[in-house]
Amino acid sequence: MKRNESYDEFIKGIWRDNPVFAQVLGMCPMLAVTNSAVNAIAMGGATFFVLVGSSFLVSTFRNIIPKQVRISCFIIIIATFVTIADYTLLALVPGVHKELGAFIPLIVANCLILGRQEAFASRYPTRLAVMDALGMATGFLIALFSLGAVREILGDGALFGVKLFGENFEPWIIMILPPGGFLTLGVILLFFNWFKYKKDEFLADVADAERSSR
Amino acid sequence: MDNLLWIFVSALLVNNFVLAYFLGLCPFLGVSNSLETSFRLGLATTFVMLVTAICAWILNTYILIYAPYLRLICFIVVIASTVQFIEMLIKKLSPALFRAMGIFLPLITTNCAILGLAIFATNRGYGFWEGIVYALGAGIGFTLALVLLAGLREESELSDVPALIKGTAMNLIIAGVLSMAFMGFAGLFSSA
Repeated sequence: MKRNESYDEFIKGIWRDNPVFAQVLGMCPMLAVTNSAVNAIAMGGATFFVLVGSSFLVSTFRNIIPKQVRISCFIIIIATFVTIADYTLLALVPGVHKELGAFIPLIVANCLILGRQEAFASRYPTRLAVMDALGMATGFLIALFSLGAVREILGDGALFGVKLFGENFEPWIIMILPPGGFLTLGVILLFFNWFKYKKDEFLADVADAERSSR
Repeated sequence: MDNLLWIFVSALLVNNFVLAYFLGLCPFLGVSNSLETSFRLGLATTFVMLVTAICAWILNTYILIYAPYLRLICFIVVIASTVQFIEMLIKKLSPALFRAMGIFLPLITTNCAILGLAIFATNRGYGFWEGIVYALGAGIGFTLALVLLAGLREESELSDVPALIKGTAMNLIIAGVLSMAFMGFAGLFSSA
């Protein structure tokens, strides 16, 4: 039973409540850095670290943090983790850090992270909060990666810098440029809408069939 | 003077915060359903950006040279508290102005466009006046993008759109087209 519970918290972030596709949170870093798969993964990794770290800390201290100043406390905790992530990336992968530029510090302003602290980590025990953060962060990583991969494949004809198509492929430059981010995410959301619509239709059909068989 | 003008136009059109840098997308997609509201939000954001530019300049010049690793935390805390202070001041001094933009002030303090402005201005080493002009350009550019999208969305409410597309998906695609249009402004500078 107990294991089931934390498993639920983990899995809901990946699919049902996916932060990007279902809740449309954390859009700013999402679109800005996903012009290649590597950047997307670096961004997702940094966000992963910050989200899990701050969820752990916030839920550990949830009974000590006064209600009135909780938002400020959350932000300072998040900013600390972001600073750690920023300097770590600078030390380990200077090239990627340079390309992501100002968007690493901007993880602080990602509404997904603050949203999880306020909605979940500050109310539930540490174990569940960490599971929730892990799930949400994985969902975010998957979303970032799928967007980055689509944009790199179409805009550059490559994935992780490896050319996928022959000489004759004409890259869609627009996909790497800002408009491509809006358009790709728009189309992905469209697909999700369609999927949900089909599912609702299917469920309605099943309910109808059950009713008529009775 | 030329340099200041360049900074202004670049922040306003070519490197528009929303459409080229993807900053401040949450209010961009969330609040842009009516022209009136988005104009007021844009006004409030421009104002906060000006305050931010001044705060960032003061912090950078006098405090952060001693402790650069505290920059992020300092920016957030100082900007948020300054905005809150000004909000109280406006409430006291001018209730009309407070009604026009007051309710938005606390919402936008942690907006990434605000923090982004402070970080970009720092990274580029802008001085005091450059920072102010940059904030002004970015704020007006943000308002422009917000008002444009709100206008398009109000129109699309009246037209016959398939239910499947309605909502965020359609807004993102509209924003993509807008962003493409704004890319054209890059030509302003390549010849000059």
